[in-house]
Amino acid sequence: MKFLKFGIFLALVAANITACSSDSDGPEETDDAFDRGAMLANWADNIIVPAYTSFNSKVVEMEAATSSFTATPTVENLQALRAVWKEAYVSFQNVSMFEIGKAEEVRFRNRLNVYPTNVSQIEDFIATGNYDFALPSTIDKQGFPALDYMLNGLAETDAEIVVFYTSNPNAESYKTYLTTLSQTIKGLSNEVLSSWTGGYRDAFVANTSSSASGAVDKLTNDYIFYFEKALRAGKVGIPAGIFSNGTLPQNVEAFYKKDISKELLLEAINASVNFFNGKNFNGNSNGASFKTYLDYLNTIKNGENLSALINNQFTVAKNKANELNANFVEQIETDNSKMLATYDELQRIVVLLKVDMIQALDVTIDYVDADGD
Amino acid sequence: MFTAIQKYFQKNTQAAPLAVFRVLFGFMMFLGIVRFWANGWIEKLYIQPKFFFSYYGFEWVKPIGNYTYIIFAICGIAALFVALGYKYRVAIIVFYLSFTYIELMDKTTYLNHYYFISCVAFLMIFLPANVYFSVDAYKNPRKAFQMVPKWTIDSIKLILGIVYFYAGLAKLNSDWLFNAMPLKIWLPSKYDLPFLGDLMQQPWVHYTFSWSGALYDLAIPFLLLYRRTRWFAFALVIIFHVMTRVLFPIGMFPYIMIVSTLIFFDTGFHRKVIRFISKLLRIDYSKMVALSQTKKYRFKRNIALPILAVFFVIQLLFPWRYLAYPNELFWTEEGYRFSWRVMLMEKAGYAQFKIKNTETGEQFLVDNTDFLTPFQEKQMSTQPDFILEYAHFLGEHFEAQGHENVAVYAESYVALNGRLSQPYVNPNVDLMKQRESFRRKNWILPFNDTIKGL
Repeated sequence: MKFLKFGIFLALVAANITACSSDSDGPEETDDAFDRGAMLANWADNIIVPAYTSFNSKVVEMEAATSSFTATPTVENLQALRAVWKEAYVSFQNVSMFEIGKAEEVRFRNRLNVYPTNVSQIEDFIATGNYDFALPSTIDKQGFPALDYMLNGLAETDAEIVVFYTSNPNAESYKTYLTTLSQTIKGLSNEVLSSWTGGYRDAFVANTSSSASGAVDKLTNDYIFYFEKALRAGKVGIPAGIFSNGTLPQNVEAFYKKDISKELLLEAINASVNFFNGKNFNGNSNGASFKTYLDYLNTIKNGENLSALINNQFTVAKNKANELNANFVEQIETDNSKMLATYDELQRIVVLLKVDMIQALDVTIDYVDADGD
Repeated sequence: MFTAIQKYFQKNTQAAPLAVFRVLFGFMMFLGIVRFWANGWIEKLYIQPKFFFSYYGFEWVKPIGNYTYIIFAICGIAALFVALGYKYRVAIIVFYLSFTYIELMDKTTYLNHYYFISCVAFLMIFLPANVYFSVDAYKNPRKAFQMVPKWTIDSIKLILGIVYFYAGLAKLNSDWLFNAMPLKIWLPSKYDLPFLGDLMQQPWVHYTFSWSGALYDLAIPFLLLYRRTRWFAFALVIIFHVMTRVLFPIGMFPYIMIVSTLIFFDTGFHRKVIRFISKLLRIDYSKMVALSQTKKYRFKRNIALPILAVFFVIQLLFPWRYLAYPNELFWTEEGYRFSWRVMLMEKAGYAQFKIKNTETGEQFLVDNTDFLTPFQEKQMSTQPDFILEYAHFLGEHFEAQGHENVAVYAESYVALNGRLSQPYVNPNVDLMKQRESFRRKNWILPFNDTIKGL
């Protein structure tokens, strides 16, 4: 009898040890109704990698256009470069939220899109030729916002801008700075894309563990963080003066180009909606996603139809954003209440994502002991 | 009746169970401190944050920068001394004070388990846990005894019984029993468990876990008390706590509970444990035992009993204080903590603070990440006392920065046990004008639902 008891005890201890060590081991395949591995595969293969591939091709074009312009700085070449810069900037809105893996390591979003850009220090860098874009202190002197200044903000007219790259005594330094900006973006983009295609994809898809370091939990946190901080606050809230006494029109995205701030916002909202619904980047089919995951969990829970509520609110926010002026600086200066109204609708999405979706998915925020009360 | 009680307090029993409890408790606490340190949590939870949430009345208890490591070191060494039974009385007092100080530094990290340890440590200050199988007894045979009053061992059983039974009572509510909430949220996310992952998706599993969890908590103290059911109960204890260890991030607690319930076993079992430890450490067991006088340990001054009587009365009554508040306990959390409500509900929240100049009407929102860690923000956004304390911190912070006529408003949403999120605190109330107290917080918005039960 005693041996039996002791045997049971040992078996339980052994079961415990195997269960605990599974925190680090590769989890075994489960065939329950919702397959997180399939969701990660859909994210990686149909959304993330295609989005980075598309972005990377735009960035390559942008770098080529930069070379042409610096070789022959004409108004036509400036306009050509500006056009691909804009396309690349719009395309960036589709990858900005995936701050995971290599992108997280190189702080991709911070390297590419910190605004307002620091004009006086950019001029300083150009004058001295002394800068290293790898330093964290230089994030507001590089990326798309710095290019915005270099292509749109140096002077009023295109002819006057071109002068900076031709007859200006510092013309060579301006050209070098412009080239370095373009090349840095291309280098970073290439680094992140080749990491995804070179093995990170498999590691990402295999990391189905349910913990703060699992790919689902991590990307969910990244996605919500992006939506709350970069999209809701960065593109709308901060310039509209939500976080300050008075409005901050100079903090609008693409401040010098002016008329694309709305386009960038709408692209970012669309990218967020599409990711939520698992929509193929290069097509119209939908795969496993937050939406299908929430729907699956709701078959267990029988609560409110959360995915529908979130999608509805996305639509409401998009409609509000559509009412805005193409140029947010003008919008803020003429009628800021519309910016505030857009912010409010985006804010409602944040609540749904950060409170309701996080609770439904039971996503871990951090590794600490907590008894959930 | 009175004589029966008097007789009970005259009863003596073998000291071995108490000694084993001391050794295992001290050792587990030592491991707990080492684990906490090794995980880098001292740095992450007590040094990096810019702001710490205080318990009402304990605002003076704060981390002390890098010296916080010293508190942990003292606590760990004291735990080791307790295990050895070396300078026991001083060691257990130091352990109790340092451990409690650590827990009071930031209520973000509040766990019932930590409170449990503080309670047991307090209790142990008054128990003669070092009269047997200890360095103290070895060095000074006059302090060595084989017998101790029976109530000293029973007091540990009582505190364990309270923890379990009250945790069981707390589960007797409609969300837990009839909706299997929050297990319906928690268990499906454990999809990656080997063997169990699929089962965790099944509603019948959620209900089975809910009901058996409640029954287990209510019944286990009694099953452990009776000799006939004791081994069965202990098997249940192991299964239950191993399950909680596998499913939830509650650290050392399952092991501490498993080890603590050994106190229910009789002396023979504990003698074997002591013999085993002696062999392991190559201590001459017979010599240790020979040292102990067959005399009974007697309390010199009679303060231990009255103090512990008051302690247990408080333990029995304190968890019921929530009845003095009119609103739903899970929603307002007035009287929620220190009541053995363990793993009982799932709350998620979001709180956005607005700083307003009441004269000019100028206003702006606060970015919480400027002041709080993600963990702190998560805890703050669902608990009203956190929201209030943080609002005051923000108000004072911006006043110090030169802002005038500062009013602080919170727009917040909370989702409870899978219900859709709803507004939590009244967004039109200036939180700077509200003070923390034991009175009800009438700036919390109504729950608009009922959870029936205790």
